[in-house]
Amino acid sequence: MFPRPIQQRSAAAQWTYKLALPIALLLWLFPLLGVAVTSVRPASDLAQGNYFGMPSYLAFENYADVFRNTPMGRYILNSFIVTIPTVIGAVSLSLMTGFALAIYKFKANLLIFFMFVAGNFVPFQILMVPVRDMTLSFGMYNTYWGLALFHIAFQTGFCTLFMRNFIKALPFELIEAARVEGVAEWRIFWFIVLPLMRPAIAALSVLIFTFIWNDFFWATVLTTSPEAQPITAGLSSLNGQWVAAWHLVSAGSILAALPPVAMFFLMQKHFIAGLTLGAVK
Amino acid sequence: MTNLLKANQRRIAPWLFLAPGLLMFAVYVIIPIFQSMWISFYDWDGLGEAVWIGTDNYVEMMDDPNMVTSFWNNIVWLALYLLAVPAGLFIAIFLNQTVRGIRLYKSLFFFPFVISQVVVGLIFSWFYAPGFGLFYKVIEFFTGTGIAVLADPNLVTFGIIAAGLWPQIAYVMILYLTGLNNVAPDQVEAARLDGAKGWKMLWYVILPQLRPATFIAVVVTVIGALRSFDLVSIMTRGGPFGSSRVLSYYMYETALSEYGYRMGYGAAIAVVLFAIMMIFISGFIWKMWRDEKER
Repeated sequence: MFPRPIQQRSAAAQWTYKLALPIALLLWLFPLLGVAVTSVRPASDLAQGNYFGMPSYLAFENYADVFRNTPMGRYILNSFIVTIPTVIGAVSLSLMTGFALAIYKFKANLLIFFMFVAGNFVPFQILMVPVRDMTLSFGMYNTYWGLALFHIAFQTGFCTLFMRNFIKALPFELIEAARVEGVAEWRIFWFIVLPLMRPAIAALSVLIFTFIWNDFFWATVLTTSPEAQPITAGLSSLNGQWVAAWHLVSAGSILAALPPVAMFFLMQKHFIAGLTLGAVK
Repeated sequence: MTNLLKANQRRIAPWLFLAPGLLMFAVYVIIPIFQSMWISFYDWDGLGEAVWIGTDNYVEMMDDPNMVTSFWNNIVWLALYLLAVPAGLFIAIFLNQTVRGIRLYKSLFFFPFVISQVVVGLIFSWFYAPGFGLFYKVIEFFTGTGIAVLADPNLVTFGIIAAGLWPQIAYVMILYLTGLNNVAPDQVEAARLDGAKGWKMLWYVILPQLRPATFIAVVVTVIGALRSFDLVSIMTRGGPFGSSRVLSYYMYETALSEYGYRMGYGAAIAVVLFAIMMIFISGFIWKMWRDEKER
């Protein structure tokens, strides 16, 4: 193990380490904690210049205010409506593309695979004008589907990379044995490979959920009004209206951060497995 | 017919499995790349008639002072963003112990990466806010006068990059924690018996084994630096006086904001950004290609 386990060091070193951990964490998350505290600080505290002391009381009414006076509820709903079909769509498409690229040998195989990988890294701006134009001409500008369809297509790149490598690591004998038995190819996919894909599906689902929930660029480019805007774009436009109303900005920020944070804590193992794909040989 | 299908099943099957995903990806990603290149030779407001102007957009770019600022800022982003790699490694080493509650500590350190960049941007705007922001107050306490980072053209880009480093370091940290978990214990023990420790151990024994993690960390950090849009948009909208623009934001501004709908010029900026990123993407693909061949 590296570094040397702290248990093998002097008692003083162990105490220092145990003390350093919470202090380091506190410093690391300080900006976030500050915002969390501000989100329950009453407006009157801010007016009196009490920015850092204890809030005079816990003002959960800030959250109620955000919901009452802004379309925040709608924004959150929109985010779910865009995110969930994207997760289902991108994962389903990439199960098939990943299967095709991992199992079959054909000439264009690696070329197609690397096209998916490379496409996944291009700057969004090179797609912006044509995609916006296409979405407008399909009549899907400022709709859930306009946004979700783009996300499904784009995320298929990353998901294919992931699925293909996962299927490639499965024992190939399984497929060969089935072929000898004369099992049809689609049945091999459905009855043999798919049941083994559960961990990959879980890992990708949490990752894509977080990516799409947090997307801001495409939300700004493809949506304009609260009917379809997800929370990231909504929060940005509210930020323009709430000049210096930091208790409301903070409450809105915490609300926007909650779903992905909850997702991360519930599915931590899968999340990290997905993110660190390829970090070990 | 059915017999023909059965006989060629293994040749047809991959294309059927690929069709839906490939179609979507082609329509929304591959074809638009070439369309953008095409549009970059036009003068077009997005609605009216597009006029072919050849390379005029690219010629204009040469003398565009905003382009110079954006390009320079992109380089600063790239250089400073790479600090996330050693910083992430440092935190990963700090946390790679087995004491009680360490799992929770690791998760909490990872937190900044999970939340949206929009929220990170707002958090740091509050942190830097002139008059009452924490950062402002701390500087004021030590030097007597606070600094309004986001209003100072010389500091603003550094302020935004610091905000971007926060989640990026968290990401790199998790990559290295996974890598450290898989370092061969026997090699570490053998090196320890040979008297290696501290920096020497890290440099000669640990880092070579962490190479896959380092590679991915560098790739995601470079891509992240060049993609920086959210933070600039949320924290400053490119200001003050356009001093915090980066290529990705300037492209958006030209094509879709109050500065007018200059789709052609915007597309040309996007093509430049794309060309820069392709250098790194090709390197990445080339290495993956080599690894595939070795298998």
